[in-house]
Amino acid sequence: MVAAGVVILGLFPLVFSNPNTTSIAFFTLIFMVCASAWNMFAGNSGYIALGHAVYFGCGAYALTLLANHLGFAAGWGVFALVPVAGIVAGLIAIPTGLIALRARRHTFVVITIAFMFVFQLAAFNLGFTGGSSGLQPPTPLWSITGYNDNFYYVTAVLLLLTVGLTFLVRRSRFGLQLLAIRDDEERARGLGVRVGRVKLTAFILSAVPVGMAGGIYAYFLGQIFPQFAFDPLFDLSIALMAFLGGLGTVVGPLLGALVLESLQQYFTQQYGASQAYLIIYGALFLLVVLVLPRGVIPSVQELVERWRGRSSSHDAGPGEPDRTGDVVEAGVG
Amino acid sequence: MSALIEADRVSKSFGGLQALSDCSLSVARGSIAGLIGPNGSGKTTLFNVMTGYDRCGGGEIRFDGESITRATPERVFALGVGRTFQITRLFFRLSVLENMLVATQRHEGWMRSVARRAGSAAERARALELLDFVGLARMAGIPAGNLSYGQRKLLELASLLVADPAVLLLDEPTAGVNPTLIKQLTERIRELNRAGKTFLVVEHNMEFVMGLCHEVTVLHQGRTLKTGTPEQVRADPAVLDAYLGGADDDDL
Repeated sequence: MVAAGVVILGLFPLVFSNPNTTSIAFFTLIFMVCASAWNMFAGNSGYIALGHAVYFGCGAYALTLLANHLGFAAGWGVFALVPVAGIVAGLIAIPTGLIALRARRHTFVVITIAFMFVFQLAAFNLGFTGGSSGLQPPTPLWSITGYNDNFYYVTAVLLLLTVGLTFLVRRSRFGLQLLAIRDDEERARGLGVRVGRVKLTAFILSAVPVGMAGGIYAYFLGQIFPQFAFDPLFDLSIALMAFLGGLGTVVGPLLGALVLESLQQYFTQQYGASQAYLIIYGALFLLVVLVLPRGVIPSVQELVERWRGRSSSHDAGPGEPDRTGDVVEAGVG
Repeated sequence: MSALIEADRVSKSFGGLQALSDCSLSVARGSIAGLIGPNGSGKTTLFNVMTGYDRCGGGEIRFDGESITRATPERVFALGVGRTFQITRLFFRLSVLENMLVATQRHEGWMRSVARRAGSAAERARALELLDFVGLARMAGIPAGNLSYGQRKLLELASLLVADPAVLLLDEPTAGVNPTLIKQLTERIRELNRAGKTFLVVEHNMEFVMGLCHEVTVLHQGRTLKTGTPEQVRADPAVLDAYLGGADDDDL
């Protein structure tokens, strides 16, 4: 399944070479990276951070500022700054994470949102960010097809790295500690889990890919503004993507981002840059909460397990004794 | 016998409520100590103070002669003090086996935990062995939230044992557990004690405490009322007055 995913990822722009389509694909990959990285922290630890736009925006500004000030020529070279954008985001995640992670649950959520607005305000008002007129990174002179494809493949590599990282975290002892924190942080401490370090490490690890995605995004658009780099809707989007697909699963946020972002981009292309997708987002969010509170992937897994359980309960020895039907059948058999 | 863990004239107040005042308790290495007292006498508060969950206002906590008064729960556990909670706490969405693997990191560094896979073959084998010890090996794969109340208590105990702590603090291990499982629990505690583990048990179940503990401390209104063998404690008029005499007011 993994191999199939990688092949599809690699062949997609070759099969669907229409620039409109590859543009949608690029944005979708950006959001798959962000939703996946966000979920590595929020989904595993249960801390619903709504301020990852801080790291997205810092990555975007870091790449743009560095490219402009270091005199990078437009072209492949600028992509070398993408990891630097990630490191900048990771460094900014240290103090912000230390402060936000002192609080739990609702307070934590509110603090992360506050950080997002603080950074947006700073981007509007600091001199070096260009204020409300924003900044322009160098624009590469690639053909329209090549342009999208190049960005697509760079983001695809980032996506593979991010998903690999979330997978490694998920099966590591560290990931188990995060899940333990999600279930009962106090008891995790009582079992020697150094919760402060574990949470902060996960927070930083999740900020880095988001910052890298922000850098690529800025380079792709060729301009950044404070309100788009530090966008509250970005946070709602990635959270909704993870919720829709399945919080805390590796595949869930990917699925959520794939569906939501590609739909949103498609509608924007078809019907202009309207905000109609916000209504759809709202409706979807309600639907997820009401029908699939745990997301698509866990619900499907549960269904499959229940179906398997039903088909194998005939020959199972220690079943539930209160299900008289099974007991009778077992007796006959 | 030397004290493995002790509370020395510990005080703790919550606002105007003096939960503990000059409370002292000493658990000898290799013993099973009991801690009893009426509801609200400060037993759980003392546990919280001893394991770093609450800071004490005065006095000192020592483990193996070293002060742990200001240590965090993580640190206290790393030193070798494990505890259970009055209301059983597990990682309910993790499987029984995963619950067992959380604590195994006591012996390893933090950076390694990021890179390493959760539960080496040896750790899994050890976890299953301990699950077998408490009779839960069959349940290894199911979510901990699906266990019965008594099984949860057993899992909570077993998940501490993984890290091999020197002393175990058990907060009401028999509350809500059926008699068969209480018997099993008693046997397990005795067996672990013979293997060298020290216990401090908070309990309301007198039969359990008197039958199991070598030494019993009675708390009353945040003070140490009496420490002695079960027989001495049972015969003490002050204890009878404070604890057993007040039983009518309690939910015993």
